[in-house]
Amino acid sequence: MFDLDGYAPMIIAGLKNTLLVGVSAMCLAIIFGLIGAWAKSAHSVVFRFIANLYTTVVRGVPELILLLLFYYGFPQLVQDLASSLGYDIMMDLNPFLAGTLTIGFIYGAFCTEVFRGAYQSVPKGQAESAMALGMSGFLLYRRILLPQMMYFALPGLGNIWLVLIKATALISIIQLDEIMRMAKIAANATREPFTAYFLASLLFLGITVISMVGQHYLEKKWARAGASG
Amino acid sequence: MSWAQLLEHLPRLMDGFWITISITTLSVLIGLVLAVPIALMRLSSIRILQWPSYFFIFYFRGTPLLVQLFLVYYGSGQFRNELSEFGLWTYFREAYFCAVFTLTLNTCAYTAEIIRGAIQSVPKGEIEAGRACGMSGILLYRRIIFPSALRTAWPAYGNEVIFLMQASSLVSIITLMDLTGVARRIISDTFAVYEVYLLVALLYLVITYVLAFVFKLIENRLQRHHRLLS
Repeated sequence: MFDLDGYAPMIIAGLKNTLLVGVSAMCLAIIFGLIGAWAKSAHSVVFRFIANLYTTVVRGVPELILLLLFYYGFPQLVQDLASSLGYDIMMDLNPFLAGTLTIGFIYGAFCTEVFRGAYQSVPKGQAESAMALGMSGFLLYRRILLPQMMYFALPGLGNIWLVLIKATALISIIQLDEIMRMAKIAANATREPFTAYFLASLLFLGITVISMVGQHYLEKKWARAGASG
Repeated sequence: MSWAQLLEHLPRLMDGFWITISITTLSVLIGLVLAVPIALMRLSSIRILQWPSYFFIFYFRGTPLLVQLFLVYYGSGQFRNELSEFGLWTYFREAYFCAVFTLTLNTCAYTAEIIRGAIQSVPKGEIEAGRACGMSGILLYRRIIFPSALRTAWPAYGNEVIFLMQASSLVSIITLMDLTGVARRIISDTFAVYEVYLLVALLYLVITYVLAFVFKLIENRLQRHHRLLS
């Protein structure tokens, strides 16, 4: 059924780029999320304002618009600014970089909320006893808060990953050779669009299933660690 | 391009705005009507009813909306002869129909899952009390289960509607002139890339938070029996 005149392996090869973008964007989202959660609980009004603006705007605008804005709008803005200063430059973004940054930036806003919730779930006594032992600042964060936050954040992060990996399909719009773009090429070449896109959908379904199994396993493992510790 | 020039394109953007709203509204309403029986099938103890709805929900929640959209819009061409035979090709040829069709199925799967969760979280005692009062079947669902499930499901359902409205921007990829589609057209005419996308982003932001506000108002109304307690 999935022969597609030899195009099927090409679609499957696109899986590599999908996973690469997905994993890089997820790492970036976690970093954005940790910074965002920290900023939201900061004393500084400015940091809190920026973090709130970040989550409000990102969650209120479609991913496609943000992707197009960054990929096409940002180089244009830089060129316009440069030409007003008398320079003439051409700027093109790499689709992989633009896609990863945009998706990471968007899901960082969702991670912010997850980490903020996780931070609030860690009992206050934990931080207090660490402070009593002389830990403070980054050490306190790294040794005491972060490991426990991760336990509370895991289910939320798992859900974000499941949405994020599906969002990577959008990057085919800016011509990155991932599953969707490969499927489109195969669909045009073989004139079997349904077969090509159905195969692509099954690959995404496969990622979802494996991720869900992995999430279940991790949660069980971490729950045990939480219970014994 | 100056902002004043940009505002000249506002009427075109408004046309796109109405397409976005109409596609979202149609999909959300039809999707909701279909989601209730699918959620009930999913909860049924009869295997033959349970499995199809399980796979339907699993497939549409596990794959990207973009793939689903291409599968319907481009994929239907592969079955042109079969679809023509049943007189369906005239529909599947239309991007608007394909968009509403796909978005409906997509939101239907997510909504069915929300409804299933809400029905399962109805306290056992309420159902038992209903039965003790002699209610059963449809009456029990209408008077006890559905009102209670609605209150639980409402916040999640609001998020789903907002998510669908934003996701409807994808229909611009299958040539529809929704808000995003119009923006891309204006950009190819004027080359004002970031100005137009920023304006459109702002419009989406407004729609999102207006929707969120309306859903919150209705949520407060649904939860009014809690008001004195809090």
